[in-house]
Amino acid sequence: MSRAGLRSRVVAFVAVSLVCVAGAGAYAAQALAERRDELAAPPRSPQVAADRYAGEPRLVFRNTEIGASFGLVASVPLEDPRAPRAVSDVACDRVDATARVVSCLRTERGVVTKYAWLELAADLAQRRRAPLTGTPSRTRLSPDGRLASSTVFVAGHAYMQVGFSTATVVRRVGGGSLGNLEDFGLVVDGRRVAPRDRNVWGVTFADDDRTFYATVATGGVPYLVRGDLEERTLTSVQPGAECPSLSPDGSRVAYKIDRDPGAGTDWTLGVLDLDSGRTTRLDVGPSSVDDQAEWLDDETLLYGLARTGAPGETDVWSLGTRPGSEPRLYLRDAWSPSVVTGTTGTTGRSS
Amino acid sequence: MYLSLQDRPAAERAGSRPGRPRVARVVVLLGLVSLLTDVSSESVSAILPLYLTGALGLSMVAYGFVEGLYQGVSAVVRIGSGLAADRSEHPKWVAFAGYGLSCAARVLMIGAAGLASMTAVVTADRVGKGIRTAPRDAMIAAATPTEDLGRAFGVHRTLDTVGAVIGPLLAFAVLWAIPDGYRTVMVVSLAFALVGLALLALLVPGRPSRPAGEQVRPRVRWRDVADPRLRRMLLLVGVLALLTVGDGFVYLALLERSDFAAYWFPLLYVGTNAAYLVLALPLGRVADRIGRARMLVLGHLALLAVYVVAALPVGGAAVTVACLVALGAFYAATDGVTAAVAGRLVPPGVRTSGIAAAQTVVAVGRLAAATGFGALWFAVGPQAALVVVAVALAVVLAVVVPRAGRLDRVAEPA
Repeated sequence: MSRAGLRSRVVAFVAVSLVCVAGAGAYAAQALAERRDELAAPPRSPQVAADRYAGEPRLVFRNTEIGASFGLVASVPLEDPRAPRAVSDVACDRVDATARVVSCLRTERGVVTKYAWLELAADLAQRRRAPLTGTPSRTRLSPDGRLASSTVFVAGHAYMQVGFSTATVVRRVGGGSLGNLEDFGLVVDGRRVAPRDRNVWGVTFADDDRTFYATVATGGVPYLVRGDLEERTLTSVQPGAECPSLSPDGSRVAYKIDRDPGAGTDWTLGVLDLDSGRTTRLDVGPSSVDDQAEWLDDETLLYGLARTGAPGETDVWSLGTRPGSEPRLYLRDAWSPSVVTGTTGTTGRSS
Repeated sequence: MYLSLQDRPAAERAGSRPGRPRVARVVVLLGLVSLLTDVSSESVSAILPLYLTGALGLSMVAYGFVEGLYQGVSAVVRIGSGLAADRSEHPKWVAFAGYGLSCAARVLMIGAAGLASMTAVVTADRVGKGIRTAPRDAMIAAATPTEDLGRAFGVHRTLDTVGAVIGPLLAFAVLWAIPDGYRTVMVVSLAFALVGLALLALLVPGRPSRPAGEQVRPRVRWRDVADPRLRRMLLLVGVLALLTVGDGFVYLALLERSDFAAYWFPLLYVGTNAAYLVLALPLGRVADRIGRARMLVLGHLALLAVYVVAALPVGGAAVTVACLVALGAFYAATDGVTAAVAGRLVPPGVRTSGIAAAQTVVAVGRLAAATGFGALWFAVGPQAALVVVAVALAVVLAVVVPRAGRLDRVAEPA
């Protein structure tokens, strides 16, 4: 390389670098300015005090209205979900509530980003905190609010290997962990198995503080399993069912059905009658539903749906459980819906 | 500089004289290219789980399923890129193709919104990594006299790992300031990738010209790659790779007993990288002194220490930190050194292929180890599984440690 050639290459490199730095800097500055504007702007819809609907039957959810209150826990009355939202100052990625306790999975941002499970009182005051090992995915409380579950994605971000798995833990509210469900005994189709590729996610509790349902995937097949906290076992009920949610009367399980088996990217919802073993497949329309459904009442499901082409923007939809029901927009700018029906601890089963 | 280093008498080379660089400029430049590229790739992979689940509302389960496929693709690509680099005698431009592919993936990522497109983009990024690694390491090997190879790879891996530490911290800092700033992270990542690519294209010298008088392009023959000396090394690193179970399991084992590990779990890999970063150069220099193949084997003692410490029935911060340091030491003693050793066990004309072969054997061996160890983990439990693999590694090391120096003695002095 001649001296002149080298000089022109150095000039070219410096020019490219300056363009890149200036371009990325300008983009970041623009994004930061937009963020500032968002924080300064008044909320798009009217808001009321955080405790406005305390004690009423209500929907507790993660508010996803763009602005200063994005990501904060909010509530609306069940009888009028379009009423002004009561927005708190507590941020959760996933939230589940009963009348007495709230389970919250949170990404704690910072240069060092960590994840935590929080046990909150009904007024969202923090009672306990436990570290989580990855990105929040699902959380559920038992109907009486004594048990809590959390599912996170553990991105095995190691230097020379990229792996992935879920970690699902059940805890006693006000007490310790009952362990990672991966360590429970697994029975698939009547046989005790110990596959290495198992993943457990999406717990829903029955009302006896012992029985629960969850998803176990092994060999690429997701199974609906019935769990027993005393025996510490998971027993398969049927294949092809993910993210179960037990109905308030305990007779049915709503779950995700893979519409394009194997690919794992396109889901609709179905409802399994536990006595007859019969599944009613529902039509959610063209959008894929990737959420653990929540029962609004014995005949209606709620679920979160990301808006196409708009990262971070989500809505909650409702869908009747009778065949032929059509999905309806239930609540704009919301995520992780949780139905709180009672004032004394009796709530929707899956809430 | 390459020539001036070679021209120095051996006696002079032994002592480090201030003011005279001991590492070729191309090594430092390639290190900076790797640094920029690692900032780019690690910043994106650190936020990818959050982005897929939080912003795009996708399930990570499907993503994880596809992840396994990359490893196999990457192995095939590596061998191909090694042969292409040797045939064309342009390792720089083969490496450039790899860096370029990863850079193109960054551009596409900004527009990708679905799981399928995101999967394609991440695959392209990994393939790019598979393409570039061996040619780049061959360039480092070609520019460095044998007795300084450990130091040269140490310098390169240090710079590389600096990027791997900065990347995630930078990404999370951006998300801290702009909570939904995933696209900003991707744009910043693209900028780093482009600067790295420009540095490689414009300022990294290509292959030094062939020795005078040798006009005919030497043919690349598979027979040369299958040199018996290299085969012996492949056997060695292959067996050791089969006993290298992967960081993920070590972290999970720590998690079982330590609240400290649970609290810091999302950042344990940064701790390992930090240890790697600090130790890469010193251990590279030690390797030059005691023999690189010997260092490669002795580095596995650090891995053995990792298994033993992780299997101990005690928790606490000290155990976690000790494990991360030992794990970092293991990578520092083996990663760059593997390329350094392989590059001297084959004729210079097939050097890239030789390095690619060693790296592929290691990658495939570790993949098999992770699979097998996973089965063992569930069958007998984490602690017993770690004890089993630790005993196996101890037995293998007892056999190979006394023999490790042989590979150093048969290495090409060139």
